[in-house]
Amino acid sequence: MNDATPRATTADASMSRTARASIMPLRVEDVSFDAGGKRLVDHVSFELAAGPRTFILGPNGAGKSLTLRLCHGLLTPSTGRVVWEGASPNEDPLKRQAMVFQRPVLLRRTVAQNIDYALKLHNVPPADRPGVVDDVLNRTGLARFAKSPARHLSGGEQQKLALARAWATKPEVLFLDEPTASLDPAATHAVENIIDTMHGEGTRIVMTTHDLAQAKRHADEVIFIYAGRVLEKTPADEFFSSPRSGEAAAFLEGELRW
Amino acid sequence: MTDISEAFVTALHLLVSFDPNLIEIVGLSLRVSLSAVALAVLIGLPVGAALALFKFPGKNAIVVFVNALMGLPPVVVGLVVYLMLSRAGPLGVFGLLFTPGAMIAAQAILVTPIVAALTRQVVADLWVEYSEQMRSMGAGPVSAIPALLYDARFTLVTAILAGFGRASAEVGAVMIVGGNIDHVTRVMTTAIALEVSKGDLALALGLGIVLITISLGINAATYTVKQRAEAVWT
Amino acid sequence: MFKFKTLFIAAILALSLGTAHAADKFITVASTTSTANSGLFDFLLPKFTDKTGIEVRVVAVGTGKAIKLAQNGDADVLFVHHKPSEEKFVKEGFGVKRSDVMYNDFVMVGPKSDPAGIKGMKKAGEALKKIASSNSPFASRGDNSGTNKKELELWKGAGIDPTGAGNKWYSATGSGMGATLNVASGMNAYSLTDRATWLKFKNKGDLAILVEGDPVLFNQYGIILVNPKKHAHVKTELGQTFIDWVIGKEGQKLINEYQILGNQAFFANAQPGT
Repeated sequence: MNDATPRATTADASMSRTARASIMPLRVEDVSFDAGGKRLVDHVSFELAAGPRTFILGPNGAGKSLTLRLCHGLLTPSTGRVVWEGASPNEDPLKRQAMVFQRPVLLRRTVAQNIDYALKLHNVPPADRPGVVDDVLNRTGLARFAKSPARHLSGGEQQKLALARAWATKPEVLFLDEPTASLDPAATHAVENIIDTMHGEGTRIVMTTHDLAQAKRHADEVIFIYAGRVLEKTPADEFFSSPRSGEAAAFLEGELRW
Repeated sequence: MTDISEAFVTALHLLVSFDPNLIEIVGLSLRVSLSAVALAVLIGLPVGAALALFKFPGKNAIVVFVNALMGLPPVVVGLVVYLMLSRAGPLGVFGLLFTPGAMIAAQAILVTPIVAALTRQVVADLWVEYSEQMRSMGAGPVSAIPALLYDARFTLVTAILAGFGRASAEVGAVMIVGGNIDHVTRVMTTAIALEVSKGDLALALGLGIVLITISLGINAATYTVKQRAEAVWT
Repeated sequence: MFKFKTLFIAAILALSLGTAHAADKFITVASTTSTANSGLFDFLLPKFTDKTGIEVRVVAVGTGKAIKLAQNGDADVLFVHHKPSEEKFVKEGFGVKRSDVMYNDFVMVGPKSDPAGIKGMKKAGEALKKIASSNSPFASRGDNSGTNKKELELWKGAGIDPTGAGNKWYSATGSGMGATLNVASGMNAYSLTDRATWLKFKNKGDLAILVEGDPVLFNQYGIILVNPKKHAHVKTELGQTFIDWVIGKEGQKLINEYQILGNQAFFANAQPGT
């Protein structure tokens, strides 16, 4: 409203974010998830602390995406609970996280309006939004598309926009469900770069992928899921060099269907 | 068959000559039906969206009920509105009977279920696509409603056009609550009914052709705009 | 988007406000379709409005419904043509007083081929008997209108109950005079109609007037002010002004002057001083 008010930027906001107490660590306590009479996630427990990039790996149908959604709060566990230790009781931890899906869901609006809408949902005042929108569009290389219809972008650009939209809300934790699975190598590279930059600025990355090379390049830590159960949660180096479970070894050998 | 050819000549003559009576009647028709549709949109869009997004006991029964209301007979609606607005009825003191306001109310009642039912379907379909993303961004059903309605805007245009078609075509309700009073509540459809009762079938059909032409024009214009916009945004 | 919203709301407001500003000095008259379709009101009312500045809004329905509207207080003046119903209306306190205005007459129309052979008959009742005995198709209003009531009285007078089951030749259309004539024209049926509607009616097809002039076919019109004691909002003064004008010198003269295709359509017969 007031022109003299400096516009918020991602940098300002990340400062204000660090000023708040972290919602981490995330504790997943004995979580199961049933659908259609089947147990798809089976008594899973783990804890994620602030810091590293965690990759959730496992064969098709192991429950990777479900685990991600249970952590993010899109699904309600059938047993157990998901606890954000650091979140204060009167805040919605969901507002401090974001998620990017394999197929980006973009609103039928312009590129800039897509980001603006996410900011609106995060109660960013209207006067502050254009600055944030410009900033994330610049940083994701989408500035020239600001006024284009979002759904006319190429697949790679759409995924970049989904990331920009998540970035704009300055999430403390970013969940990514196979974000590069339908992209070509160039777009995959661009998306990985954005994820890395966000991580460098302090966003906690939790992501699933089918791409073992990608996991080797970027993972600090691996959670290996098999048949709905967590078999390993180990540092990435260790996981790739000497997996503890026979299933993980077979998975890395390419002997498990995935 | 002479009636039919005569009707086309009459219609052409009415259209070309800008007959002042016809313009008055067409103007009132548009005013009444557009106002009714506007009211129906104000009520039907949020109601339809709420039915799509919220889960509550008895929801299925309400959805079936609203869908069934799409087939409300105009005469019955006219009769009910008449009984409400009649001086002997509960709302009689307002003296609304035999005014365009009464006609707008009756048509709004006819159109609202159409707008609500079609909106429910459209929004439910869009919610299937959007729900994970919206909830991830922290939108609950209440805050998602305006966004869903906005993003479904091109499909909703079709729902609104369906409502307008219903309003502009019906005669039963406006005849009863409007009274077909010359220069006050006479609209296209009641004028047609009147000419039929006078046995002037050619003039009646001529007016019918004019009504269809106007309706066609509105639909064609809206459809073109919608198609172009839809191609860009979806 | 905000501009669009503002425009949209402004448009709705404009549309709904527009409904309020029609003439404020007006009365509502409940009358019959046949009266309205005759064109008499189009001839008469502008002259009254010019003189008094009072707009007359005519709601044209069947006599039965017109009386119902007046009973509910939805009209200020009742102008119909079925004396017994009108007198009952006044007696029950719904109307202040009934005055004769004018009459026209009913005619029996039917196909020119005249299968029942009634052409030129002087007694309407006898004609109906022949129609019934020859099972010739007959189209009735069947809508409780003044014309319908008159028709049923004629059948009763002839000792026939046409509405009985098995009388397939008798069709009750349940609709207005014009719609009923459309039916008669379509199926070459006999029917009873007021002369004015008939003269104005354009879809005559093969139909023609076959019986006329029987005194029982006279069709008396009455006018009644709705009783303000039943409905306080009735515009007594304006309504009475209209009634006084219609049954007064000027109105009566104009009624006699009104012609349809060169024929006098109505015969003014208000009694002076009433």
